[in-house]
Amino acid sequence: MSENEIESDGNTPRKPTPEGKPAVSIAKRQTNRRRVLRTILLTGGVLGAALSGFLPLVYAQKKRLRPPGALDEKDFLGSCIKCGQCVQVCPVSAIKLADLVDGMGVGTPYIDPRNQACDFSCDAVQCILACPTGSLTYHKPDFLPVRPGAALAAKPILIAKEKDAEPTLNMHERIGVARLTRPEACLAIQGKGFKGQTRGPDFKGQLRYMAVDRWKPVKISSHPYDLAECDLCVRECPVKGAISIETVFAPDGSKRKSPVVHEPCVGCGVCEMVCPVEPTAISIEAGEVWKS
Amino acid sequence: MSALLKRRFVEQIKVMFGAEPSKPKEIGPAAQKIHFYKKGNRDLIAEKLHARAHATPSHKWRNRRWATLIFANLLFTLSFFLDIQILEGALTASRFVGFHLIDLNSALQVMLAHKHIINNLLIGTGTVLLLWVLLGGRTFCSWVCPYHLLAEWAEKIHLYLAKKKLVTDQTMDRRLRTVFWAIFALLALATGYTVFEAISPTGILSRALIYGPGLALLWVLALLFFEVFFSRRAWCRYACPIGLTYGVVGIVSPVRIIYKLDACFHEGDCRKVCLVPHVLDTVIKGRAVETEVPIGPDCTRCGLCVDTCPTGSLSFEVKGLSKLA
Repeated sequence: MSENEIESDGNTPRKPTPEGKPAVSIAKRQTNRRRVLRTILLTGGVLGAALSGFLPLVYAQKKRLRPPGALDEKDFLGSCIKCGQCVQVCPVSAIKLADLVDGMGVGTPYIDPRNQACDFSCDAVQCILACPTGSLTYHKPDFLPVRPGAALAAKPILIAKEKDAEPTLNMHERIGVARLTRPEACLAIQGKGFKGQTRGPDFKGQLRYMAVDRWKPVKISSHPYDLAECDLCVRECPVKGAISIETVFAPDGSKRKSPVVHEPCVGCGVCEMVCPVEPTAISIEAGEVWKS
Repeated sequence: MSALLKRRFVEQIKVMFGAEPSKPKEIGPAAQKIHFYKKGNRDLIAEKLHARAHATPSHKWRNRRWATLIFANLLFTLSFFLDIQILEGALTASRFVGFHLIDLNSALQVMLAHKHIINNLLIGTGTVLLLWVLLGGRTFCSWVCPYHLLAEWAEKIHLYLAKKKLVTDQTMDRRLRTVFWAIFALLALATGYTVFEAISPTGILSRALIYGPGLALLWVLALLFFEVFFSRRAWCRYACPIGLTYGVVGIVSPVRIIYKLDACFHEGDCRKVCLVPHVLDTVIKGRAVETEVPIGPDCTRCGLCVDTCPTGSLSFEVKGLSKLA
């Protein structure tokens, strides 16, 4: 800007070029060339930074577990405005915002169920209600397909409000599904019981215990157990009929007890949070669909 | 509005998109008279020196603006931190006592990427559009955007270093911002991802203030570093598409800075402090086409020029309000 002024305010009349444009001094031409180079440099820098956001999408090892009602990952990333209103309404602070390592997903909400699962203690899926762009939604728009196995056969019944006039959660798709990923570690399978605080005294995760207070989730460390046979994942599951302890046949033909996940599982992750073994025997596979 | 001002109004829109301001071809008779009177007037020069000697630097508008900016961002933080639920969300999208507010550029990115607009998105965008039409488009930049404040402080460091001749301001082509705006709009449309939102320092900073700091702040630091050591206010001047989006809104906004030719000494103090000095081309000696010239839409209404002007030739104006009074 200032360079232009100095040039145009100069008093020496310049020789016009054949095209009728004023002649440009060598110094001025050099300045202009440098300016163009700098502009290209900034363009490259900003676009490089912006496009590098795609790399984590390509190289991501593990899918993020998104809050309830989330659209499929690509649509979710395209529609999320990264405002965190879902974070603010969650009564158990299950929802976190992703950082720079998520690239294009920076600022988008996710749930790390091992640390704090969604226990639906809000009763009404408040995060969906808070979402301003429909990234989290009760009803998917018609043009977005529902993957086979993602749809829930029926609205999930929340055990906590089973006696209410409307006992269901307004959810039509699961966000993931629980899988017994390490059956060899499962206490139920080993026929072992569990005594004490699951996840230890320093664990910060919260859960709503109906026996304690329907409206106030408490730390699970304040709620020790004494179980002859461990059934924590079944006992604390907030959704009716999503998981049960069944008698199954082991590969060697012997009978044993085991947690079995059923179709109503929405993928909230409470089973993963309360599982007392390290690392967890049962975990959520984010974005996975139900397979019988 | 006179024909000359209309011509200037259109030119200032082009200037916002990156054109260089040009010397006016025609100047109104009243302004011509003042320009002629000012030429070589010794009394005027004496008066100017006197005014300079007695001018006290004011920070009235800057202080008001910083207070507003900090208050607005603090309200977000406190709403979450103390759970007072007045302004929930972040700058990209929020709810003010229940009413949806959605940043125009973020809304645009989401609409282009997702290609599906739900009612809440539309309502929030409409509310914010109306708000900034009333308050002046890029007023958002200097009165609300948290990056603007950090960049202002970085600019102070830059100017100090420049005075010590340790750095020089490397200017760039202002058309770049328009190019970025188009690229990011096309990227959102073509890829289905809100690409700009991933690097928007406004969004990153707003979330950091509300939900806690993260690695994404490194990008903001890199931008500030670039501005301190390389190019003054580079992000806001040459890159940020949010600024252009709000600038377009500001075209029709009644809140603006108005320039009065009469008392101006044409010293250019205002242009030295301005983030967007191309909007102040009219204060250059002999360039004002009328005796009163409104400043164009790329102006962020930050008021630094109003504070710094020793003659009171620049002031805030709400179009039409003077007619009511």
